[in-house]
Amino acid sequence: MSLKTHQLLQKKKKIILELWMKNQLADEGLREDLISNEELRMQSEELIDALIGNLSGANFTNLDSEEWNPVIEILGGIAITRARQGFSPRETGNFVFSLKEAILEVLQGEIPNDAKALYAESTKINRLMDNLSVVTFETFIKGREEVILRQTDEITEISTPVIRVWDGILALPIIGTLDSARTQIVMENLLQEIVETGSSIAILDISGVPAVDSLVAQHLIKTVSATRLMGAECIISGIRPEIAQTVVHLGIDLSNIITKATLASALAYSFRAMRLEVRKINSLQKN
Amino acid sequence: MILSLSKDTIQVLKEQDVVFLKNRVKETAVKIKMGLVNQTRLLTAASELVRNMMRYANGGVCLIEVVSSGRNNGVRLTFSDRGPGIPDIAAAMRDGFSTGKSLGLGLPGTKRLVNEFDIKSKVGEGTVITIIKWANG
Repeated sequence: MSLKTHQLLQKKKKIILELWMKNQLADEGLREDLISNEELRMQSEELIDALIGNLSGANFTNLDSEEWNPVIEILGGIAITRARQGFSPRETGNFVFSLKEAILEVLQGEIPNDAKALYAESTKINRLMDNLSVVTFETFIKGREEVILRQTDEITEISTPVIRVWDGILALPIIGTLDSARTQIVMENLLQEIVETGSSIAILDISGVPAVDSLVAQHLIKTVSATRLMGAECIISGIRPEIAQTVVHLGIDLSNIITKATLASALAYSFRAMRLEVRKINSLQKN
Repeated sequence: MILSLSKDTIQVLKEQDVVFLKNRVKETAVKIKMGLVNQTRLLTAASELVRNMMRYANGGVCLIEVVSSGRNNGVRLTFSDRGPGIPDIAAAMRDGFSTGKSLGLGLPGTKRLVNEFDIKSKVGEGTVITIIKWANG
């Protein structure tokens, strides 16, 4: 063999790209709805330029070489965009795997009669491309995790609304587990809203909290104390029978806090405290 | 004689795993037709222990088992961590004792919530806590 593999690949870059594009376009998993053919071609060309441009005899087998950084960067960029666009892992993986196939195909055409040399070169290419695939997956998953983290943030944001149920009465339904971060947000929102509306009663509804353990209880007690410091009274409502039993067994003392079984009874209590009365209109009297 | 009917191991390393673990415990409890009150007790106990594990040992492993003893079915949870261990278990089991800034009800409270409670701890090696809640206990 007169030419080294990397030189050979550099020479055959155009052919590899064509083959690769052909492979990708023929693939059943082609997502024309997510990425146009021109865009795909641009991505592929960019990657192949970086890959083959950086290929040299020395770094062929050394995957930690710094010369691979631009390739990994490009690949990472592609993987992250794909994760955000909603490509499946298989589709993203195939992007790299089909390149490997294209390279191997070209290699096979170039070394037709020397099985041993072909095997040796193929192994090297395999190792290189596999490493790049792993990089792709790592970044792909990282991209997905970012999406999940963003959603988590959004959920925390929307899951702690402070509702003004009456003039001077705020209600705060809590759904899901109360952890430290959540409590902080709940407390901040609640205290802020008390200042803004000048409310004197706040109702914390925990109907949507699956279990009250000692930490959740501690958080509730803290929230109540903070509300009291602001000059407002805090009522905890939505305590289900099974939660009441668990709290007693745990030995948590909530006796200093006004608690009610339902939001309705908490509201009724607030009306009484504010000297308000809800009455049914007597239709006879109305006339 | 307690027989283990099914096993499920869950790694708890970050905050999100806690919710996942609780859901699995709940599923298991529902599967053996545990009543709502006992379900909540078991769930609260699991919540206490997993929080301890996260807080003091940076996570660990929880084994969820469906166990059977005679006509009784139940859920056994084994929490093991490689944390600092508990130097004085007797003190840790006392109401109101806490090395952190918590209420100090986690361990004693958990013991009151479940049917069987076993704690083994070695300083510097870690802690293993096993609890059993019977479906109708």
